[in-house]
Amino acid sequence: MTESASKIASDVRSGARTAASTVKESLDAIAARDAELHAFLYVDDLGARAAAIVVDAAIEAGRDPGPLAGVPLALKDNLCVRGVATTCGSKILNGWKPPYTATVIERLVAAGAIPIGKTNLDEFAMGSSTENSAFGPSRNPHDTSKVPGGSSGGSAVAVAAGYVPVSLGSDTGGSIRQPAAFCGLVGYKPTYGHVSRYGLVAFSSSLDQIGPFANTVGDAALISTVICGHDPADSTSLRDGYPDLMGALERGVAGLRVGLCSDLLDGADDEIVAQVRAAAQVLEAAGAEIIDIAIPELRLGLSAYYLLAPAEASSNLARYDGVRFGLRVERDDVAAMNVATRTAGFGAEVKRRIMLGTYALSAGYYDAYYGQAQKTRRLITNALDNAYASVDVLLGATTPTTAFGFGDKVADPMSMYLSDLFTIPTNLAGHPAISVPFGVGATGMPIGVQILAPGRKDDLLFQVGAVLEKGAPA
Amino acid sequence: MNGYETIIGLEVHCELKTATKLFCGCPNMFGDEPNTNCCPVCVGLPGSLPVLNERAVEFAIRIGLALNCEVRWSNFHRKNYFYPDMPKDFQISQYDLPLNSNGTLELPDGTVIGITRAHMEEDTGKSTHLGGSGRIHGADSSLIDYNRSGVPLVEIVSEPDMRSGAQARAYVAELRAILVAVGATDGRMEEGSMRVDANVSVRKPGEPFGTRCEIKNLNSLRSLQRAIEFEALRQVDALESGERIIQETRHWDEQAGRTGSMRSKEEANDYRYFPEPDLVPLAPSDAWIEQIRSALPALPKERRARLLALVDKSDSATIDLVATVVDRELDDLVIEAVASGAPAQLAVTRAANELDAGGVLPSTASFAATCQMEAAGALSATQAKAVLAALVDEPNADPKELASRLGFEQLSEDSLGATIEEVIGANADEWSRYVGGDDKLAQFFIGKVMAATKGKANGKAVIAELQARRN
Amino acid sequence: MAGLARLELSPEEVETYTAQLGSILAHADDIAGLDLGGLEPMAHPFDIENVFRPDTVTPSLERDELLSQAPDVERNRFKVGRILGEAP
Ligand SMILES: [Mg+2]
Ligand SMILES: [Zn+2]
Repeated sequence: MTESASKIASDVRSGARTAASTVKESLDAIAARDAELHAFLYVDDLGARAAAIVVDAAIEAGRDPGPLAGVPLALKDNLCVRGVATTCGSKILNGWKPPYTATVIERLVAAGAIPIGKTNLDEFAMGSSTENSAFGPSRNPHDTSKVPGGSSGGSAVAVAAGYVPVSLGSDTGGSIRQPAAFCGLVGYKPTYGHVSRYGLVAFSSSLDQIGPFANTVGDAALISTVICGHDPADSTSLRDGYPDLMGALERGVAGLRVGLCSDLLDGADDEIVAQVRAAAQVLEAAGAEIIDIAIPELRLGLSAYYLLAPAEASSNLARYDGVRFGLRVERDDVAAMNVATRTAGFGAEVKRRIMLGTYALSAGYYDAYYGQAQKTRRLITNALDNAYASVDVLLGATTPTTAFGFGDKVADPMSMYLSDLFTIPTNLAGHPAISVPFGVGATGMPIGVQILAPGRKDDLLFQVGAVLEKGAPA
Repeated sequence: MNGYETIIGLEVHCELKTATKLFCGCPNMFGDEPNTNCCPVCVGLPGSLPVLNERAVEFAIRIGLALNCEVRWSNFHRKNYFYPDMPKDFQISQYDLPLNSNGTLELPDGTVIGITRAHMEEDTGKSTHLGGSGRIHGADSSLIDYNRSGVPLVEIVSEPDMRSGAQARAYVAELRAILVAVGATDGRMEEGSMRVDANVSVRKPGEPFGTRCEIKNLNSLRSLQRAIEFEALRQVDALESGERIIQETRHWDEQAGRTGSMRSKEEANDYRYFPEPDLVPLAPSDAWIEQIRSALPALPKERRARLLALVDKSDSATIDLVATVVDRELDDLVIEAVASGAPAQLAVTRAANELDAGGVLPSTASFAATCQMEAAGALSATQAKAVLAALVDEPNADPKELASRLGFEQLSEDSLGATIEEVIGANADEWSRYVGGDDKLAQFFIGKVMAATKGKANGKAVIAELQARRN
Repeated sequence: MAGLARLELSPEEVETYTAQLGSILAHADDIAGLDLGGLEPMAHPFDIENVFRPDTVTPSLERDELLSQAPDVERNRFKVGRILGEAP
């Protein structure tokens, strides 16, 4: 599927094409190639066809199904859809069918989008390669010997392979932007609180944010306009500060101060640094002012993140205890049942992070680890706020390397964690960021450049992203 | 107690009387079909998120203000531990920054008990145990109903300021009265809407606090007092026989009348508290706090003072009567009756002893009229009590009419005068001694008149008649 | 730690995890040593306060749908094995 979501929606709305034929195209593409790429954990063939019929019937009856009419959509499998099995890439959920639907999906369906299925992910979104999925990894369509990135790898592959024009992922420390960079896509993490988390299975509640993958900056803006907005079911949902993303696409960057941030470049491969510098030149040519800037505090993000996120996760994942839903490994007494269930149901990375988080919160270590990490979070946020006094946006690399091979980093968790080095700071601050494809490396693998903006200034990302997209190497 | 004193601190969990649960819109309802008042939030399903019930906060602030607490900026924490009736395997509670702290509660006798904190948290589900004795120990399996899961609680923690089971009981009784008065709870201990944990230790006066034991889930005033008294004696006996007290949780066995160790496989409790990331801080504005304060109803202490100001005596018997009237929420009736002419002392006494707070009460007018008739001598005490009892069936009846229906014919002044003359004539010796100053004989003449009138005469009227003839 | 988290680790896992956690925590030492005394711990990205919902009833789940996902059910309740010990 090569058309953009906005083209599909306008064609469906005008009657130039049907939702049914669009969905069929999508399902055929999945059938042709997904045995190899493994983007999907579940394809809702019948549900998608039925939804397409409803959209087409609305058009025929003269009603407008909405701005995403007939657009096929892939959902990361940590988003709840009522009656559809949600796995989170884990054995512990064991076919669990949520009795409710996530707010974002209700919004998308109300706008005419058609969920095609649930995509693969690192178990409970913990990972950077989808190798931690209990159901096997996904493969990068640009080179199937390479990982697609993670944790939202399946959603990235679904767009990169041309199954669907847009998909949803979740980004806790880079889980949208990193696979977007690895797969040559636009990946956007909105300001924390701009997209409701109600119905997103929590990994780290104060960092998680849902966002889209798309082939174009325009499609990312289109779908984000639908999913952003206040939700009373999420106490952390913002009530204000939702900028006009579509309007930002044509605004240009003349006069914009772009901070080229050394702390979002140092440690990246040379070919990536070169593309980020090339991107800066594109912006400069379009009228932006490029300012070299250092924010050394960003370097501390990784350590803070790998204490805070596991701490919250250790608590969020306590409920997988075999009592109310999901897997149960029966034992005589409940505590033993809890242990047997969790031991059998969770994979190695999840256990590692639960252990790490439990440790960081435990009596005697809280102040040194969790408490200190929370203060570091403040330090990094203050440093970013301070930087934004002199620049409007920051520019840097999304990832230190292009997509790596399967198994390259599995044995050493710390090396895997380092691939999130540049994406983590914005999650800690709650700020928005976008990864836009910009050129390829020596092996032909895509490279992403990252734009960061202050909280609630998401429109700046789309302003800059649209210019970069036009100026990217062919 | 062999010279030991008991040190008691109490933790009282109180369910708030909201329409919905603390973090979701499910009904807060006792006694419904199991697992019908449940949603993704209160069953802790993946992806669900809590949103704070504003009314629950208002109730919690009312409680804080009624207990003279500082009401402050606070936040919610997760208290992490595994337990099957707790769906998320953590409880959303408050930790180092509770909504209410540093308060006091004054007992009716004037003793002031410190309130450490009164914080908000969510309740757990309820387990039924199958097999064995139906108790958790020895059961084969358990069934869980999550209807109660997420019901709003305020946990009120006292300072270790109480020194006897009776005082602890008075504290809980007063606390309950306050919580009911502010409308935050129905205070039904037997249904579990108030549950008490008692921390008990003993020491020789002047020594540091001894090791304490916690007695869990006391659900009546009577068991609270008995449990504390038993536990204190148990600890004294243990110390006297040279044993050490082990800090532990104990349960109260009502039938056996004793506390027992809850010998469970003790896991080290490390709750790993951290700020609940799914909720934002609670920062009640001064304006909101003042608005709640200004709408607070009169508290039991104030209501007692209001009644005490009406009566002329403040002996301990009257204080007890007033406390009873307020406890039974009869004080408004008494005050209105006094306003319409009933003598205060008598109205308080009759309300405390004769009226059934849970049952039908006489109308203000009928109650006031009955008291007035008794005071005027138109009804004897016995007759007045009978009239009040009869008013239960006809709360608005005219007590005069009731009295005549009951055969309490009033003695006219003439016939009382005639009777007194007869009695004086028949006891001339005693009369002359009485006239000569022997006041003790008043009693003798009253008795004779009462006998002659078969109790229909009013004592005060008799005294007045005797006095008139003596001068 | 494994007990608190209700996980059971094989001796080999204990060994691997201990080493891995050690290297992660060693990395964390770059912040453990910082003097951040003046900084307020940050629990949320934004300083929003007082988010409430009104005390009005919203529909609960259909019980059958809720219980349909339970590993074991009896008398419309979630069934579990023996509970050793009261809640703390
Ligand atoms: Mg408590
Ligand atoms: Zn609920």
